[in-house]
Amino acid sequence: MLGLTKKDFNLFMVVLVMVALAPFILNPFPQGSSLAQMFNAGYPDLMQRFVIFGILVIGFNILFGLTGYLSFGHAAFLGVGSYSAVWMFKLLGMNVIPGILLSMVVAGIFALAIGYVSLRRSGIYFSILTLAFAQMSYNLAYSVLGNPASNFNLTNGETGLQLLLTDPRVLGQSTTVDGSLPVTNFFGIAMRDSFELRLGDWLFTFNAGYYLCGIIMLISFYISIRIFRSPFGMMLRAVKSNQQRMNYTGLNTKPYTLAAFVISGIYAGLAGGLLSSMDPLAGAERMHWTASGEIVIMAILGGVGTLIGPILGAGFNEYFKNILSKINDGVLHQWLGFLPDGVEDFLVTIIHPFVGKGWHLTLGLLFMIVIIFLPGGLVEGGKRLGRMIFGRPKRNTAEAEADAAKRRNPAAE
Amino acid sequence: MDQIILQFLNGLDKGSAYALIALGLTLIFGTLGVVNFAHGALFMIGAFCAVTVQRILTLSTVVEDPTKTDFLGNPAKISTPYVESWFGPEMGAALIDWSVPLAILFAIPIMIAIGFIMERGLIKHFYKRPHADQILVTFGLAIVLQEVIKAFYGANPIPTGAPEVFRGSFDFGVLIGFDPNAIIYPYWRMVYFAFAAVIIGAVFAFLQFTTFGMVVRAGMADRETVGLLGINIDRRFTIMFGIAAAVAGLAGVMYAPINSPNYHMGMDFLVLSFVVVVVGGMGSLPGAVLAGFLLGILEAFASMNEIKAIFPGIDQIIIYVVAIIIILTRPRGLMGRKGVMEE
Repeated sequence: MLGLTKKDFNLFMVVLVMVALAPFILNPFPQGSSLAQMFNAGYPDLMQRFVIFGILVIGFNILFGLTGYLSFGHAAFLGVGSYSAVWMFKLLGMNVIPGILLSMVVAGIFALAIGYVSLRRSGIYFSILTLAFAQMSYNLAYSVLGNPASNFNLTNGETGLQLLLTDPRVLGQSTTVDGSLPVTNFFGIAMRDSFELRLGDWLFTFNAGYYLCGIIMLISFYISIRIFRSPFGMMLRAVKSNQQRMNYTGLNTKPYTLAAFVISGIYAGLAGGLLSSMDPLAGAERMHWTASGEIVIMAILGGVGTLIGPILGAGFNEYFKNILSKINDGVLHQWLGFLPDGVEDFLVTIIHPFVGKGWHLTLGLLFMIVIIFLPGGLVEGGKRLGRMIFGRPKRNTAEAEADAAKRRNPAAE
Repeated sequence: MDQIILQFLNGLDKGSAYALIALGLTLIFGTLGVVNFAHGALFMIGAFCAVTVQRILTLSTVVEDPTKTDFLGNPAKISTPYVESWFGPEMGAALIDWSVPLAILFAIPIMIAIGFIMERGLIKHFYKRPHADQILVTFGLAIVLQEVIKAFYGANPIPTGAPEVFRGSFDFGVLIGFDPNAIIYPYWRMVYFAFAAVIIGAVFAFLQFTTFGMVVRAGMADRETVGLLGINIDRRFTIMFGIAAAVAGLAGVMYAPINSPNYHMGMDFLVLSFVVVVVGGMGSLPGAVLAGFLLGILEAFASMNEIKAIFPGIDQIIIYVVAIIIILTRPRGLMGRKGVMEE
């Protein structure tokens, strides 16, 4: 159905149901309880981040998962997308569609330029070239193009680009009737509109912005499945397994890799545009190279080269970031309160660096553990767990592929 | 003219830092074939070695000062560092003053130990895996090291002073016949440059003139053959990793007075030093040093007001622009060898 095989269609349906029911799934605890404070993630801001970063990593996966080109500069496209969307809101009006479209177009052109140059080199050189380009864009956005004193102020420097009451907004209103900034909307439906459903102690929030992002994420996911299963996707896999052999057969691989790079750039731009649509503010820190690193982390955590991996990785990363940063010493004392005082204090001291402001440490450790022991990420982990429980030594295609790739890839000198 | 000399000098200290980090990176590329994204973190740990030594030396105890009394007539209490009460006030004060140079002695064993642990515990298992995996795992390690430092030392930069003698500036211009105050150069930057020159010289001499260095160079060229000759090349490569870590650490120790150590200084330098390595040519030690100084000096020139008036903001991007041009025109970098890191 929908041009997908049965397996892919089922996967797509699972994702669709997950996205549609996320406000329920992410709200397992009644509102007001302490568990809800900690673990519930069903509020609009966070759910929007889940799907938006999902889009971003799906796009990254089309490049890294299929061609094996490790880009360390994808945050640049995210940033470019955010800036273009905010410019659209400043100049044209608060409807999100032109902003999102422009962010995709600009990020695509940007990716074409960077990809054209970077893809002349492969391997580590490619990673460092993309890193250099991204860092250059960051520096440009941070200082050169954003000097508020000059006439040419594209990014507004370290303050970040924000909406002003004096912006023209030719197709919409510059200010609302009561004199405040208009809000981003989709043909009249404000992005921050929420419908709240109260069932007993539970409070479920259905947010318009989240569902818009969710639908766009589903479309992106569908396109990515089609790319994975297309001859084009096959060609990209061939590039990954042995580019030299492809070149010897007389085939020019460059257009294919460049197309993959541009597509993943457009995905990143789309994610940036959506971030700005949900909260019309764009800053340069979105382009810093550590942000690119975070994209890589999400992809690896989920499982590179698999369809569902990127979504899982993005969700996992954002969810744990949210929870871990909320755990402070007070919460720890509350949880461990049943222990004797000395033991309690000792445990709190040990756990302290890993939570709250130190959640980066946990994420870094987790990331290392995944790379060392579980190169397939969460998807691979799930498969192994499944095999352990159900005991089916069935070799599926992905595994056979991985084995074949291992054999093809001679040991690095 | 004086401006040109001044910018040239300004570029030297940054160039020294780039060259030292890039040298260590290249040692690891060339010998082990590993792309070490955690190298910037080693630089940062070096800088925090200086902070630690400063903290240890200024550990204080409260003693009674018999010469003074407080307003109630009791003997006044003053806090005195332990070193002052052990070695006498003058010697103690001098020790505290010289904490950064002393930190070198502290940093060498620490950095070598960290290098050994890293290589044996982690990197060893990644020789046979793709470069992407090496990049990723060392990137993860860099995050972890950075966060550990942040957990212990906090997120704010920690001022770490140079010894009193080196705090002032040197009027370089008078020496070569310019007006006074035309070319003023801080003493510590000269020290840093001299130090970098010594370290770079020592590494080259070590590789060039010792048997150990000869074997390592042979191993860089053809690891398997050297292994077949019955030489335990793995152990030597572990030692090389320790040396590379020590070079990065020492660069960090001495850099502490120039820029107060903070937990993300490693990441800030890392990207630039990778660019330096690529410009110099992967696997080429002289290339890394040359490119380090070249890019440091270029950056200094680009930050001149005259240049910035023509190309606004060029100082922020000059290194990347140069790197991109060089990679596109000379894919192997300035002095790159064939077959290093080329898939």
